[in-house]
Amino acid sequence: MSLFLLLAKRLAYALLLIAAVQAMNFTLIRAAPGDPAEVIAGEMGGADEAVMAQIRATYGLDQPVPLQYARYIVHSLTGDLGTSYLYSRPVVDLILERLGPTVLLVATALLLAMVIGTLLGVAASRRPDSAASGVITVLSLVGYAMPVFWTGILLVLLFGKVLPILPIAGMRDVRIYGDGWVVMLDVLHHLVLPALTLSLVYLAQYSRLARASMLEVLGTDYIRTARAKGLPESSVVYKHALRNALMPVVTVAGLQFGNLISGAVLVETVFSWPGLGTLALDAILGRDYPTVLGVLTCSAALVIVANLLTDLAYRWLDPRLRGRR
Amino acid sequence: MTASTTTPSGDDAPLLAVDGLSVQFQTRRGTAHVLDEVGFTLARGQTLGLVGESGCGKSMTALAMMRLIPQPPGRIAAGSVRLHGRELLALPEAEMRRVRGNRLSMIFQEPMTSLNPVFTIGEQIAESVRLHLGLDRRAALAHAVDMLAAVGIPAPARRAHDYPHHFSGGMRQRAMIAMALACSPDALIADEPTTALDVTVQAQIFDLMAELRERTGTAILLITHDMGAVAEMADRVAVMYAGRIVEEGGVHDILERPLHPYTQGLVACAPGRRRTAPGETLREIPGTVPSLLRRAEACAFAERCEHARPLCRQRPPPGSQPASGRRVRCWLYPETTPADTASPA
Repeated sequence: MSLFLLLAKRLAYALLLIAAVQAMNFTLIRAAPGDPAEVIAGEMGGADEAVMAQIRATYGLDQPVPLQYARYIVHSLTGDLGTSYLYSRPVVDLILERLGPTVLLVATALLLAMVIGTLLGVAASRRPDSAASGVITVLSLVGYAMPVFWTGILLVLLFGKVLPILPIAGMRDVRIYGDGWVVMLDVLHHLVLPALTLSLVYLAQYSRLARASMLEVLGTDYIRTARAKGLPESSVVYKHALRNALMPVVTVAGLQFGNLISGAVLVETVFSWPGLGTLALDAILGRDYPTVLGVLTCSAALVIVANLLTDLAYRWLDPRLRGRR
Repeated sequence: MTASTTTPSGDDAPLLAVDGLSVQFQTRRGTAHVLDEVGFTLARGQTLGLVGESGCGKSMTALAMMRLIPQPPGRIAAGSVRLHGRELLALPEAEMRRVRGNRLSMIFQEPMTSLNPVFTIGEQIAESVRLHLGLDRRAALAHAVDMLAAVGIPAPARRAHDYPHHFSGGMRQRAMIAMALACSPDALIADEPTTALDVTVQAQIFDLMAELRERTGTAILLITHDMGAVAEMADRVAVMYAGRIVEEGGVHDILERPLHPYTQGLVACAPGRRRTAPGETLREIPGTVPSLLRRAEACAFAERCEHARPLCRQRPPPGSQPASGRRVRCWLYPETTPADTASPA
């Protein structure tokens, strides 16, 4: 399949998928108990029936649910995801503001997990019976078994109390301002713990996966051919074997991208990272339906983009998927 | 090559000499004696057919010569492999890498899986050229294209950019041969190069190998269980059974007057060597290969041999030379002076 055809097809699927996600989320949220008007009134310090009716009229909550849905769809097609009850600002603005930090966090965590996990897995596969390989396997199991929020809290305790060298909350230090490098370094400094926490579970998984995959590839005929050519072992392992062994890692990473985003909600909460996760949590607690829906739509789009990137990576890794020139 | 590693005999020495090669594998159930004192020689431009049934150690001999046996669990316990008089088994690994794919090459049984699916054919051939001949990327690729042309791939300049999955089995084996011969090796080990291919392609591959041998003078160790291929390709034949060479000689001697009962069975089994009447059953050698876990204190073939005598089950037969250029390990031929006696028992 040509690349253009693939992209066109994927875009069509993506639109359908997002529409389906929106319909489902809309129904589910309306089915949940709780009245946003009451929450809004509560925020204002209480209100009588007349004011409540006015609030409902303002936000269109007095309309029948199917009509509300129709309006939502029409508006979202024009890029309007409604106005947040909680922040009284357009949901799109809120999401765009929070999208950057989340993408930064998730991408860093994924990259760390894939690079370090794969390298550990390769190292373990070189000498599958050695002590080092055993240590890597045990660490992977521990990393895999620890819930992400618990790892986060432990790291907060460690770096907040025992060894205060890394910031444990937020994304910026209010005392540091300016532009360019200073800010970037400050953000990176704040990024270390959340990204590490989020990546640990996946790092563990990918190292196990890479180890198994490498062991399989190292036993194949073409690796024997590479050795028979007289190639040095590093070339055999990192050139001939690794590229083949990466395929399962990339597949799993693509499939798990959704889990990574839900993990990000927990990590953002633990480390007060100003991303989509904290926004979603606040919105859910505040019955801020438009924001909840907006965040869910946005994360669906992220997952779709991630799957597309996975497919592209796959085509790059494996020429058999590219078809005839 | 330094003078100290070259035998003084110089030109008289065979190109490739394997002697007393023993390989053991550690298994859960004990030590398996996979190769037991395997020895043969190969002269420049000559083809030696190494024959025997599956599991007799043919491929293991090839891997041991290339020093590609996975260790552990495998181990080259004893022996010597000399190329131009230089002992390969004593070389440091880095030196050995300079021999592999350069002076001593190997092609494998499975062309479908022996090429890396994620690199182009051209890249895979050029890789060893760059490594051993020190050519730059462009020159190495040009050399790879020449090699593809030499093995009869049409439109080689274009096909060099294809991936293995674009090639048929026969073309992949041609590409493997091109890769193996890219650095003009002294010797080529072909481990059942046509087993996975259909019959017409088999003939083409053998023709190609014969042609390249004529042109380059590369010696070939042809590992096969196809007696027809041996008759067509080989100058000399070595017959393996249960990790040992039981008979060696010129191809006509072996095929027309096999001495060892196992060789006799093997030759008789080969369909096409002898007219088989319709409805007649094909010949077979009764019984199965013995376990390699016990180092044989007798002739390994004794249990399947119709000529077996009590002596055959007591002591392993010594090697004898019933005629010039022939060696056989069988108690049926003890009358000639043993070339080398087995044990001082």
